[in-house]
Amino acid sequence: MDLNKLRQHGDFEWELPATGRMRVPGVIFASRELVAAMDEKVAEQVANVAGLPGIVAASYAMPDAHWGYGFPIGGVAAFAAEDGGVVSAGGVGFDISCGVRTLLTGLKRADIVAHQARLADLLFARIPAGVGSTGGIRLDAAGMTAMLKGGARWAVQEGYGLAADLAHIEEHGCAAGAEPTAVSEQAKKRQRDEMGTLGSGNHYLEVQEVSEIFDAAAARAYGLAVGDVVVSIHCGSRGLGHQIGTDYLREMAIAAPAAGIALPDRELACAPIQSALGQRYLGAMRAGINCALANRQILTHLTRQAFAAVFPGAQLPLLYDVSHNTCKEETHRVDGQQRRLFVHRKGATRACGPGHAELPPEYAKVGQPVLIGGSMGTASYILAGAAGTEERAFGSACHGAGRAMSRHEATRRWQGRALIDTLATCGILIRSPSARGVAEEAPLAYKDVGAVVDASAHAGLAGKVARLAPLVCIKG
Amino acid sequence: MNSSIQWETFPHEADIGVRGRGATLAEAFAGAATALTAAICDPAKVGAGATAHIECAAPDDEQLLVDWLNALVYEMATRRMLFARFEVSIENHRLVATAWGEPVDVARHEPAAEVKGASFCELAVRQQADGQWLAQCVVDV
Repeated sequence: MDLNKLRQHGDFEWELPATGRMRVPGVIFASRELVAAMDEKVAEQVANVAGLPGIVAASYAMPDAHWGYGFPIGGVAAFAAEDGGVVSAGGVGFDISCGVRTLLTGLKRADIVAHQARLADLLFARIPAGVGSTGGIRLDAAGMTAMLKGGARWAVQEGYGLAADLAHIEEHGCAAGAEPTAVSEQAKKRQRDEMGTLGSGNHYLEVQEVSEIFDAAAARAYGLAVGDVVVSIHCGSRGLGHQIGTDYLREMAIAAPAAGIALPDRELACAPIQSALGQRYLGAMRAGINCALANRQILTHLTRQAFAAVFPGAQLPLLYDVSHNTCKEETHRVDGQQRRLFVHRKGATRACGPGHAELPPEYAKVGQPVLIGGSMGTASYILAGAAGTEERAFGSACHGAGRAMSRHEATRRWQGRALIDTLATCGILIRSPSARGVAEEAPLAYKDVGAVVDASAHAGLAGKVARLAPLVCIKG
Repeated sequence: MNSSIQWETFPHEADIGVRGRGATLAEAFAGAATALTAAICDPAKVGAGATAHIECAAPDDEQLLVDWLNALVYEMATRRMLFARFEVSIENHRLVATAWGEPVDVARHEPAAEVKGASFCELAVRQQADGQWLAQCVVDV
């Protein structure tokens, strides 16, 4: 990105001044190196979002921002209903509530190593992953409605996981205001066989070792110590969420002109929050969030079963569960006023700072766990929402490394099977049904996640707590 | 398959672009559909023993391309299938098509990624200066 068009505020904040159709400025939180490496499309997309009706404060981009659809991936924007603000299906994306959850295991690396291959094989056998895979749960119409309304709470009631898990999920595992009748029959049909499936692409289940601690107090609160083994699961709302995105992107793009909304890019498809279409989408999108939360809850149950088979008596409490692609109604202080806002996070994580009312008591002093996925050969990070982050980007932080190159380039450079062999010599066991899928997700196809989390910390969004190194990775 | 139908995938920072070209709009749409399969696996590995009938209509041909690809995504997802051959006819932004394919066989097809949906990103449907038709967009994987 051309730095000449940006105004620098400190080392980690870059303003894209409001020009033309922009109603507010753009703000990119990143180091000089990360901003310089961003595609020009990111600036264009930040500016386009800044032109949407009812946007408040600024159009933000996180340190891992890259070229997305309509919104940049790593984009955050809030809209006020009373100002004619919009809700955007494009601003949430296809994979509604795609996110990460991390489980503690009570095990140390030394406990795992002797059983690593068996654990990898068992997880690969029990976790449905990849194209065409199906889950073991079939929902009838009443069951689908209950799942879409209840989210992880429904899953726990059905026997998948523990009631204690719910306190460690955003919104206690259930997005309020979900409206199953706003979800098309096609979306429900797409989900029929996909409950408890991981998906493909960049989705994964990883067994990881805590390799470094940066913040002892926060690590203690989260139950993390060097050498501990944890499990992280990255997936979303599966076919249901994808179809909700497809359905409402189409409807909003076609309806926009009649609503007086000029879209510079159809992918910004949106509708006024106070319109019937906007309300219908919010109901469907919240049902999509619940589907993702239920899905990750079922996968948690399957993971616990696999661990119990290898390590009898192992307990896997949930550290936390974060969602990346959402629009949430939240209260934020803007220009000294408390305002209800519809905060879109597209490839960005909610990151509540210490003392936030949403936090469970055990995390209240240190802030919300922010779970950052890396790539299968490098590292993942656990951060903590920083004090004052609500004043920066509505309490948001980065979500992952972000791709450094296209899938094309990755498959040109690497062979899946060779990568799997190389990683095995480094003590990382990969299990995947697709060699090409592994090549597309090659570790070096991603940016340096360390630089992204450092920038998040320096920008005051979320501080570093722990680094996680992969031991086993199940890829779809 | 008609020999004038061409297809390719093209790079996008996070996902994959699909592009079809042909002597007619319908051929370009058929090419884009083959590229959609190529985003998942090698189309040459996909047999053609089963069919799906697809119809869609849209306010314009760009939306029609997105609708067509999303209809295929839906068929692939709900029937656990992959498609390799397409016969498409289009008139006044209305599409009628038959897709030939077979159920996903993970060992044989080695599918790399499922497609979540066709996006408006890099969306273009147009007749080029050389008379050929082009149909393309980015799909989310």
